[in-house]
Amino acid sequence: MKKLKLVMIGNGMAGCRTLEELIKLAPDMYDITVFGAEPHPNYNRILLSPVLAGEMTLPDIVLNDLAWYEANDITLHAGKTVTKIDRVKRKVIAADGTEAEYDRLLLATGSSPFILPVPGKDLEGVIAYRDIADTEAMIDAARHHKHAVVIGAGLLGLEAANGLKLRGMDVTVVHLADWIMERQLDKTAADLLQKSLEAKGLKFLLGKQTAELVGGESGRVAAIKFKDGESIPAELVVMAVGIRPSTQLAESAGIHCNRGIVVNDTLQTFDPKVYAVGECVAHRGIAYGLVAPLFEQAKVCANHLAMHGIGRYQGSVTSTKLKVTGIDVFSAGDFMGGENVDEIVLHDPAGGVYKKLVLKDDTLVGAVLYGDTADGAWYFQLLKDKQNVAEIRDHLMFGSHHVGDVGHAGQSKAAAMPDTAEVCGCNGVCKGDIVKAIKTHGLFTIDDVRKHTKASSSCGSCTGLVEQILASTVGGAYQPADTKDKPVCGCTEHPHGAVRAAIREQHLLTIPEVMHFMEWKTPNGCASCRPALNYYLISTWPHEAKDDPQSRFINERAHANIQRDGTYSVIPRMWGGLTTPAELRVIADVAEKYEVPTVKMTGGARIDLLGIPKDKLPAVWADLGKGGLVSGHAYGKSIRTVKTCVGAEHCRFGTQLSMSMGVKLEKMLFGMWAPHKVKLAVSGCPRNCAEAGIKDVGVIGVDSGYELYVAGNGGIKTEVAMFLCKVKSDEEVMEYSAAFLQLYREEAYYLERTCHYVARVGLEHVKKIVVENAPRRKELHERLLFALQDYEDPWGEAVAKPVKRKEYEILEIA
Amino acid sequence: MGAIETAMKTEWKRLCALDEIPQQGSRVVKSAKGDIAVFRTAADEIFALHDKCPHKGGPLSQGIVAGKVVTCPMHSWKIQLEDGEAVAPDKGCSKSFAVKLEGGEVWLKLG
Ligand code: SRM
Ligand SMILES: Cc1cc2nc3c(=O)[nH]c(=O)nc-3n(C[C@H](O)[C@H](O)[C@H](O)COP(=O)(O)OP(=O)(O)OC[C@H]3O[C@@H](n4cnc5c(N)ncnc54)[C@H](O)[C@@H]3O)c2cc1C
Ligand code: SF4
Ligand code: FES
Repeated sequence: MKKLKLVMIGNGMAGCRTLEELIKLAPDMYDITVFGAEPHPNYNRILLSPVLAGEMTLPDIVLNDLAWYEANDITLHAGKTVTKIDRVKRKVIAADGTEAEYDRLLLATGSSPFILPVPGKDLEGVIAYRDIADTEAMIDAARHHKHAVVIGAGLLGLEAANGLKLRGMDVTVVHLADWIMERQLDKTAADLLQKSLEAKGLKFLLGKQTAELVGGESGRVAAIKFKDGESIPAELVVMAVGIRPSTQLAESAGIHCNRGIVVNDTLQTFDPKVYAVGECVAHRGIAYGLVAPLFEQAKVCANHLAMHGIGRYQGSVTSTKLKVTGIDVFSAGDFMGGENVDEIVLHDPAGGVYKKLVLKDDTLVGAVLYGDTADGAWYFQLLKDKQNVAEIRDHLMFGSHHVGDVGHAGQSKAAAMPDTAEVCGCNGVCKGDIVKAIKTHGLFTIDDVRKHTKASSSCGSCTGLVEQILASTVGGAYQPADTKDKPVCGCTEHPHGAVRAAIREQHLLTIPEVMHFMEWKTPNGCASCRPALNYYLISTWPHEAKDDPQSRFINERAHANIQRDGTYSVIPRMWGGLTTPAELRVIADVAEKYEVPTVKMTGGARIDLLGIPKDKLPAVWADLGKGGLVSGHAYGKSIRTVKTCVGAEHCRFGTQLSMSMGVKLEKMLFGMWAPHKVKLAVSGCPRNCAEAGIKDVGVIGVDSGYELYVAGNGGIKTEVAMFLCKVKSDEEVMEYSAAFLQLYREEAYYLERTCHYVARVGLEHVKKIVVENAPRRKELHERLLFALQDYEDPWGEAVAKPVKRKEYEILEIA
Repeated sequence: MGAIETAMKTEWKRLCALDEIPQQGSRVVKSAKGDIAVFRTAADEIFALHDKCPHKGGPLSQGIVAGKVVTCPMHSWKIQLEDGEAVAPDKGCSKSFAVKLEGGEVWLKLG
């Protein structure tokens, strides 16, 4: 097939990101030609500020070097400005006469700085802050001149002022409004910021309006004059008063513009052959000026250019971080407060910390952080996810404690960590490795960092810390992923929720059906999505959808736990932690007969036989089975253990028969697959010797019945279980526990443990269904029992059925 | 056939019927060259790799097969079945062996 021709105008961050995404999806669809007015390959404009501040150099910030264009067969016209688009002949013409024809045109012309229309604006030494040329002009001015004036105290203006100061100039920031960064900060935070910038030597003139720039004898600017008559010396004037989408070219070609090139949710302009992305665009009336939303646009646009037709861009919520080393400011959302909203404020002037959270109807709608921005990413996530925070409202202000979890105690601020500090304990990745990968590969998302460094790709407990390192390295470009709408994996655009819904609504029964219906991008999915789909199918359509062992992780396929040396461990079930001399004898015999190297008590109160070769498993299970022992599912996303204490059976304090309650629960739940593993505990009194306070379902006996707790977790991040309700009888314990677990099984996303699930949907939601709605509770209970009925012990099956035994047999060469 | 291969006098050996390997699954063969994992894809192609992950030696035979890639069960490196190379950004290679399918039978050549 002949390749189509794609021409891109504007060789900047949004455009090149679109090309990268497009090449990933459809490497051979287009012959690509790029025009860029700047004589450089695509670079990271954001990092011009660290370059100006002397913290980085220009070569450091190139995102796509010339070799990249070459490797992808892209014709680059660097330094050529397109002056005309001929939509009839479908070609573009540059100022120097270079022409290129297109089948599809991509406009990515960015924006132009707004220049105040005052006398003297064209004098030498008056510049804006937008590109490499401006940055070089500032660096040069700092070598030869003394007085700099920055007009505009927004993000750009302050970063410019800071850089010029660091390069030795005497810098005054002039601003029309009453406080600095008035569009990102409230007055309190702005005053704190101004103070610390003044401490760095910057001067501020607020509420001042520029009247004229006065030239000196050499023709270079020499002073700035204000409306009130005052005037100060200025050999360099940087205008940072705002940007305007660059739309002239589009307008001259008759493409509809309105404060930006108007595009729909697929980033298409009014001419269907012409797409547009980046700062030049107006989407639903909004033109964005930060890269994170532009990258989202790039992804959607690339998808449509590749003619996959999936995905819509629906607008973004943005957050702001100032990139001035040593100063931490963060703001997001609707932070000004006002009517119908609540504000939670923490202000410690001496400690230099100010935090304001704005809430509306139990969701976070805005945040301003000054001095301590460690939790910025977390608040931003809550805000974007519109998560109900009623349950955590009273400690919301104190942050996520995302860092400081087990294994990472004491490390609270990513920026302050030395490069040698270990961040990911599982994969041995240090901060320096992560920063280097982010810089050399131009990474912007946590997924990219995971792929390149493996940091946070195993147990995930360091995710928060890695996010912070990412945020502090790339500055405002960092955008945490939408957890609610995150695609299942790279094989699809669809998030977990949509997949679950489709399976239910369309009555899909097999993995290929789901992949076909939801237009999976890969033929067989991958090791991330297939296990999720398999679980969704069997939990939604029990006894109807067929389990696919090849879509299960090895432990669930082999019904034992793979060890680092490739052998397996076997943990028989001990209902409620109870055993008998006969059972112990069987276990002892098996351990001797098969020369099991290690026998250990597990943290789940049962016995682990470790180091058994795979081909011996069926024989081991056969022997255990004869003694009445069945699979303990210590390997699955399934019911694991129900821990019990001795309880009223023996204990002098016991109020309820916790052992028999535990055994009943464990028998009811035998064979239950779940989004993640599920652990229960039953204690006979509030002394709680079974540790019910950190279980997915915790039951605590009290004189008048049982207290039920849910969503605890004792693993990576300890979570104390939350009180659900109190019940009177054993039957109620079974019914409520079953209903809660079935709700979790039906609603949670794969690999969400109960604590993550409840954090996402809110405890209120669970209570409304499980506690307050008796008919729904009973339905859930029944659906769980239905799903579990006729479940066969997988060990027994592996022993009895030759087909299943194949998994364990080694082939011999004839 | 290359000169080295001829010198080693390797021959095709019959392993099993195709049906004895599950689709998107694998079987392990013990050999003088160590354990070999024989994979079958959803499209019924057959591949054989040394059953040792280039990362830390995990048994690739126990991984999940999707397309022509197996994900190691230990730390989730992705290994290409055709040539044993790790999928970027990881780097490393597991030795691959010649296999063929003839009349529903799987044959292996130790080279
Ligand atoms: C055998 C055992 C350790 C022991 O010797 O005591 C164990 C062993 C493993 N645990 Fe565990 N956990 C064991 C009790 C626990 C407990 C304590 C408990 O169950 O009371 C916890 C904390 C409680 C909890 O889960 O809330 C625990 C929290 C974890 C976690 C973190 C889960 C989390 O949500 O944060 C993982 C990782 C995971 O599942 O992703 C994990 C994963 C693992 C794995 C399966 C790692 C893996 O994926 O291969 C370990 C397998 C080792 C092996 O080679 O067989 N193990 N693990 C315990 C088996 C209990 C049983 O009889 O079933
Ligand atoms: C100093 C500075 C610091 C910043 N810091 C941050 C930050 O911390 N966080 C953040 O999110 N964002 C930041 N930004 C904003 C961010 O850089 C922009 O949002 C982003 O670069 C916009 O991408 P774009 O592709 O739309 O436009 P650009 O990257 O500006 O690319 C447009 C390109 O098109 C070219 N062009 C225009 N017209 C034509 C034509 N007719 N023919 C050929 N070429 C043409 C331009 O020369 C330009 O190279 C910062 C910007 C600056 C200047
Ligand atoms: S048994 Fe659990 S805590 Fe111990 S090393 Fe394995 S995963 Fe880590
Ligand atoms: S051993 Fe295979 S990924 Fe580590």
